Amino acid sequence: MKEITAFLLHYNYFITIFLMVSGLYIVIARGNMIKKLVGLALFQSSVYLLYVSPGKIIGGTAPIIDDAFTVYSNPLPHVLILTAIVVGVATLALGLALVARIHEAYGTIEEDEIFDQEDRS
Amino acid sequence: MTALEPHLPILQVLAPLFGALITAFMSRGIRAWVVASIAAWAAAAIAGLLLIRVIMIQEPISYVMGNWGVPWGIEYRVDMLNGFVVFFVTLVAAVLMPYARRSVAREILPHQQAWFYTMYLLCLTGLLGITVTGDAFNVFVFLEISSLSTYALIALGQNRRALLAAYQYLIVGTIGATFYVIGVGLLFLVTGSLNLHDISGLLVDAYAIYPRPVLTALAFMIAGISLKLALFPLHLWLPNAYAYAPSTAAAFLAGTATKVAVYLLIRILFSVFGLSLVFRGLPIAEVLLILSGAAMVIASIAAVFERNAKKMLAYSSVAQIGYITLGIGFANQSGLTGSIVHLLNHAVTKTTLFMCLGAIAYRAEGMRLSSLAGIGRKMPITSGAFVLAGLSIIGVPGTAGFISKWYLALGAIEDGYWPLVFLIVASSLIAVIYIGRFVEVAYFREPCKEVADAYEPPSSMILPILLLAAATVYFGIDTRASGDIAAAAAAALLGGLAQ
Repeated sequence: MKEITAFLLHYNYFITIFLMVSGLYIVIARGNMIKKLVGLALFQSSVYLLYVSPGKIIGGTAPIIDDAFTVYSNPLPHVLILTAIVVGVATLALGLALVARIHEAYGTIEEDEIFDQEDRS
Repeated sequence: MTALEPHLPILQVLAPLFGALITAFMSRGIRAWVVASIAAWAAAAIAGLLLIRVIMIQEPISYVMGNWGVPWGIEYRVDMLNGFVVFFVTLVAAVLMPYARRSVAREILPHQQAWFYTMYLLCLTGLLGITVTGDAFNVFVFLEISSLSTYALIALGQNRRALLAAYQYLIVGTIGATFYVIGVGLLFLVTGSLNLHDISGLLVDAYAIYPRPVLTALAFMIAGISLKLALFPLHLWLPNAYAYAPSTAAAFLAGTATKVAVYLLIRILFSVFGLSLVFRGLPIAEVLLILSGAAMVIASIAAVFERNAKKMLAYSSVAQIGYITLGIGFANQSGLTGSIVHLLNHAVTKTTLFMCLGAIAYRAEGMRLSSLAGIGRKMPITSGAFVLAGLSIIGVPGTAGFISKWYLALGAIEDGYWPLVFLIVASSLIAVIYIGRFVEVAYFREPCKEVADAYEPPSSMILPILLLAAATVYFGIDTRASGDIAAAAAAALLGGLAQ
């Protein structure tokens, strides 16, 4: 019973860790360069949750200074993650651009086939 | 000038940033080069002023963004350590600029040349930002600015393998940066602060309540930064990235990018977590010593068997980073001094070596060692500079590399790590072999057809090479500038631990 309550109280962290590990697994296990980038994006997204979900306080409002409200959610994690999302988008865009160029140069985006071509040349 | 003086820490980052904004709107490479030169030299001048000021007032310079007080706003904090790092990073960037003009004109397509300088300046912005900022999340943002521009710089290489190298580095680099930001997130959860200096004060109490999240944060941060600094088993992205990047970019990255990551590691270990937490909670010292020892030997052996000259130097870089992390693992005065002084010494030395290869690539075809046969007769000045810097890699007395190894050996003896002294010597002997292979190929073989038409590169390329080659000798003889600052920085880092 104690474990179940502990799990339910922290279930946001379990979701975060599940996403984090599955993203990292895709990056390592897949040979397709686009799929790797998808995994990478998933991995980065899990970090957004790691920051944002503890920032929410149950019953808390937006941080507005007013006598009517006493409990606020912390706005800082949201601000940080907005920046991190921008970084994530830029990384994904650059990664996709590189994959497009790699496809032009090698005619494939499978890592195995590219390494085969390199070995033969 | 005096009106601007309090704002030097932010100007340090803004100078290359605005330079990058201007070059982004230029279409002609030569104009972008002029702007980039001005920006890089301005950054170097600012760094010089900052370093002088830090040495004069003997305490950290703090700069708060928009007058938001310290734990809330972003603080830039320059002390002896990062003043030193900023100084040599900007110095390398500035000295490379005259060299860049011819090399970039040869290696980069005309419509991409302005973009090259934009990426170069953005990368410099990111590296300087990581170094001067005192805010943990700000470090992440600058880390990604420098990384993203580095991927683009590498992808500008001529060979199609450059694309592959850039892609692989993008995957690894993003994982590294994300690990770092996970660590920052955990620290933020337990301390509620993002200011590095503030966190270090709060961390002792936080550790008493939440020991596991603090250690997890430490582990994530160290793993992430180790990916960026190419600590031994995490170095696989580095050889291809340096070998296929354009020559100027390779020289710049080899001299600065990994050094700034090492700086970040030192900052996190010593200034934020502190020795007692780092080396008692987790076996970090042992892991660092083992991996550094492995890097010094295995990467050096890999360099011996490498046929591509640029890749040979890249493996040598991995070995040299092993020296730096070795000193961090000792965590005593001499060891840490050796690490910090080797940041500068290796930056100067390895940049010289990569610039020499870039100059050779300008006049000859191919980067395989076998296609460089007889280059010593065709390009005597360039090859001479290469050998001189190679002596510094080996650690011959009178060159910069000797000073670093001397401090590291002292650090090893201080803590009774005798076997590691022999490892330092063994690694130097292996370096004799791979530098010796270049000497043998360049001087004792008949010129091959690839180098038949080669001659010395234009003076705009040769003068920066000679300047840095002279610097490797200067820092090997006169250690007042390098060694004393490094010793003071190490004392400050270790002094903070005693409290």
